[in-house]
Amino acid sequence: MAQRIYSNQKYEEEFIHTNEDLEKLRSDGILMFQQVPLMEIDGMELVQTRAILNYLSSKYNLYGKDLKERALIDMYSEGLADLNEIFINYPFNPPGVKDTNIALMKEKAKNRYFPAFEKVLKSHGQDYLVGNKLSKADVHLVEVIYNMEELEPNIIASFPLLQALKTQINDMPTVKKFLQPGSQRQPPVDEKNIQKTRKIFKF
Amino acid sequence: MAGKPVLHYFNGRGRMECIRWLLAAAGVEFEEKFVETPEDMEKLIKDGSLMYQQVPMVEIDGMKLVQTRAILNYIATKYNLYGKDMKERALIDMYAEGIFDLSEMVMSLVLCPPDQREANIALVKNKIKNRYLPAFEKVLKSHGQDYFVGNRLTRVDIHLLELLLYIEELDASLLASFPLLKALKTRISNLPNVKKFLQPGSQRKPPPDVEKIAEARKLFNFS
Repeated sequence: MAQRIYSNQKYEEEFIHTNEDLEKLRSDGILMFQQVPLMEIDGMELVQTRAILNYLSSKYNLYGKDLKERALIDMYSEGLADLNEIFINYPFNPPGVKDTNIALMKEKAKNRYFPAFEKVLKSHGQDYLVGNKLSKADVHLVEVIYNMEELEPNIIASFPLLQALKTQINDMPTVKKFLQPGSQRQPPVDEKNIQKTRKIFKF
Repeated sequence: MAGKPVLHYFNGRGRMECIRWLLAAAGVEFEEKFVETPEDMEKLIKDGSLMYQQVPMVEIDGMKLVQTRAILNYIATKYNLYGKDMKERALIDMYAEGIFDLSEMVMSLVLCPPDQREANIALVKNKIKNRYLPAFEKVLKSHGQDYFVGNRLTRVDIHLLELLLYIEELDASLLASFPLLKALKTRISNLPNVKKFLQPGSQRKPPPDVEKIAEARKLFNFS
């Protein structure tokens, strides 16, 4: 949901707390593939994370100015999504797999993904990844940096340009607000969440 | 403009096949450079051609694009297969992502250890029959048009045809109770560019050979 904050858009949330909540959405016929996330926006019932993100990004001018900028933004966003996919799932991994994946994320972040983005920033010397303007790629990158810092606090120590980008994004008034306690930002997953989620989705 | 797009990948379907389909459907000729050994892969990496040290990679219009969706989105936009506005794009993305989720499941079946294959095949067939195909059939029924979105050809029709053919390879009976999807499959297959791609001798890749895949994974050190 970081997307909406960057555009200073208010949004409501209807949380699914139980399996019954999920089944009701399913029987109402509004989940195209019986899955969440779902975003009701502009008369549409949109599912699929990328469909939602792409729509928001286009609507709020975070998707570049043309075809070629969009290609770069997509390439950057998709790489980050690969890394973030492991992060989203790891709390639910069995213990041995969990430790392996934590190590894997740290290794990939430090040896594959962060160097790639540091290189992009170095290549043009601009403040943002694409087109000298904030885009969804910057948003995703900073979110991923925060996520990786939960695993290893100094993880971007050797990436000065990433640090600069993070600081710059943090200083945006809308982001500052989102980072405050009491915002709609979700905290790290804890054991209670895990059990609750397992019950909702029956796994 | 540069010459033809050049596709860098293994000589198999994998994550490049949907890109081959889209280019073919758009009538775009392309070249392929196959990664056959770890040395081929290392060369691409050393040349700095692979942003994340991974393929697929497509050289197109002066860019070296990686990440399947980035490549597909670029091709779809360039060749007018991505809808006419933001809202059509949203629908296209929603449908395409559902297609990709299912394709991923179907493609992963060949990677399954033999003792889990039966159970996984049953699971996937269940999702095909009860979740995905009904959802797509419902869309076609809702507007009664010949194409999935916007009453004209878009990438969704192509992605869907590809998926329906894989489902047919898995179990042809799965398509039996979906008349509108079957009709779409026939119609899209008969479009000239698609018809050509479906002929023997095209750049379309055959079904995966389980043993060959196992060998390749060992060779390239995939987990």
